[in-house]
Amino acid sequence: MDIRKIKKLIELLEETSITEIEIKEGEQLLRLSRQQSQTGVMTPVHHFTHTPLPPHSQSQTIPTAAHLIASSDQEDNGRACSATPGHRVKSPMVGTLYTSPSPDAPPFITVGQKVKVGDTLCIIEAMKMFNEIEADRTGTLVEILVSNGEPVEYDQALFVIQE
Amino acid sequence: MLNKILIANRGEIALRILRACKELGIQTVAVHSEVDKDLLHVRLADETVCIGPASAQKSYLNIPAIISAAEITDAVAIHPGYGFLSENAAFAEIVEQSGFRFIGPRADTIRLMGDKVSAIATMKKAGVPCVPGSDGPLTNDDLKNLKMAQQIGYPVIIKASGGGGGRGMRVVHTESNLLNAIALTRSEAKAAFNNSMVYMEKFLENPRHIEFQVLGDGQGHAVHLGERDCSMQRRHQKVVEEANAPEITDSMRKKIGERVVKACCELKYRGAGTFEFLYQENAFYFIEMNTRIQVEHPVTEMITGIDLIKEQIKIASDIPFCLKQKDITFSGHAIECRINAEDPKTFMPSPGTIRLLHQPGGPGIRFDSHIYSSYVVPPHYDSMIGKLISHGSTREEAIARMKNALDEIIIDGIKTNIELHQRIMRDKSFIHGGTNIHYLETILKE
Repeated sequence: MDIRKIKKLIELLEETSITEIEIKEGEQLLRLSRQQSQTGVMTPVHHFTHTPLPPHSQSQTIPTAAHLIASSDQEDNGRACSATPGHRVKSPMVGTLYTSPSPDAPPFITVGQKVKVGDTLCIIEAMKMFNEIEADRTGTLVEILVSNGEPVEYDQALFVIQE
Repeated sequence: MLNKILIANRGEIALRILRACKELGIQTVAVHSEVDKDLLHVRLADETVCIGPASAQKSYLNIPAIISAAEITDAVAIHPGYGFLSENAAFAEIVEQSGFRFIGPRADTIRLMGDKVSAIATMKKAGVPCVPGSDGPLTNDDLKNLKMAQQIGYPVIIKASGGGGGRGMRVVHTESNLLNAIALTRSEAKAAFNNSMVYMEKFLENPRHIEFQVLGDGQGHAVHLGERDCSMQRRHQKVVEEANAPEITDSMRKKIGERVVKACCELKYRGAGTFEFLYQENAFYFIEMNTRIQVEHPVTEMITGIDLIKEQIKIASDIPFCLKQKDITFSGHAIECRINAEDPKTFMPSPGTIRLLHQPGGPGIRFDSHIYSSYVVPPHYDSMIGKLISHGSTREEAIARMKNALDEIIIDGIKTNIELHQRIMRDKSFIHGGTNIHYLETILKE
């Protein structure tokens, strides 16, 4: 689904009193809903699945747009930059990152947790295969730079560990 | 029309593909290695994905990373450019099995043409003239091989079936060297291509390299877009190319053109392709077919007015072929000079920062290049940094315009072969036209 379409739908939601829009396009489903809170912040819902995708179907994950759109600012490339000191665990591959082993399971690690070399921090899925990404330092996990279901590229900073 | 294409390449061809996509309103995904973050096409693409470190093995040749990048960006097709994975049948297969369109021929066609022995057999069947030779792989029967070489007549050349592009071949001038040469070529082939199959051909001593461009729709229709002369080579690498080939008449062009089109139709060839020939004493001999877009495609574009990259994309989009042979006409003459970042005397690569770039201009000048002032040419990839193309209503005019452009262009900060091109453009034999594939190396020795 085109990011411009999604932006237009978000605008539509903002400008009217609609609380939820759901659009199905082929095998892709997008649901936008307005949170029933005072701040009125809209969060697009990510759909993801851990079951192996059938061949020839496109991923149902809607990537967080900011990450992939090349910005004129070469430094952060549209991605959230972190000033937190510490060792950055970088992605060794291209794929979709998941913070827990399955949709219902608790995440592998949480902020503040102590980790040691070899501990699984997340999984990255590519070509229907799941790869466990392990900590390469021992210390405390102080920051998680990515979100569940986010596409990641080679060498992207994922976690910050303070020794 | 395909709506999002992943460009699985780098440098000038990636920029070329990006330009065609933008013209057609197609979204672009640029995959790049860590050191290629600042490539011009990466800066201009709609989406970018870093796929690996500098090493080509881990990035531009990294099939899982490229497929993965296509998955996470929801690309619908992958354009492989030239080099890298463009003629890798396994890659073409994986791309299509993963649900993406490979912009190029089907995997089985790539495989057929990648095996030089089967490619020649296919061409012979289609009536395309080939070099007299073993017409198949050589066996281990020494006596048989000696007899065959005698019949063909020395000198002969032993070639690896899995090779091509100048790799995996050995010339034999006398009978006493034949059996050794076969054995050596076999072991080199096994080591380089994991395929020890070799074949024998008559060695043509002073041929020109003339190739024909084709486009096929994959449904049994094809056209040819004329020929290019790529005889100006150094160590099997093309340095200058031109279209049309000097001295080739309309009737010769028509004759060979019809044969290659016939072969394409029989193969149901899909996409752009090039039939390479050696031309000697007014006869054409097929040597191999390249199942991809080629570096020198711009010279064909300049004389036919047809955008080959856009045609590749349209074919891959299953848009009905509307090109008819009678509509393809040739106007004027075009020359291309490959600009390399290399020492003009030693030919050692010269990577580094381009302090200043000044591009040439004027009528009939085209510069296909990704470089810009302050761009850092990395040491990890091949040294070609741009292609300077000139077009004129005559060959003389094209040469004159190229001379002007070579005088105007400034690439400061690194060494380039601009000087060599200036020398070639002033060379009497080049100006006359029709020099063979050994000519450049001969004048370089002086």
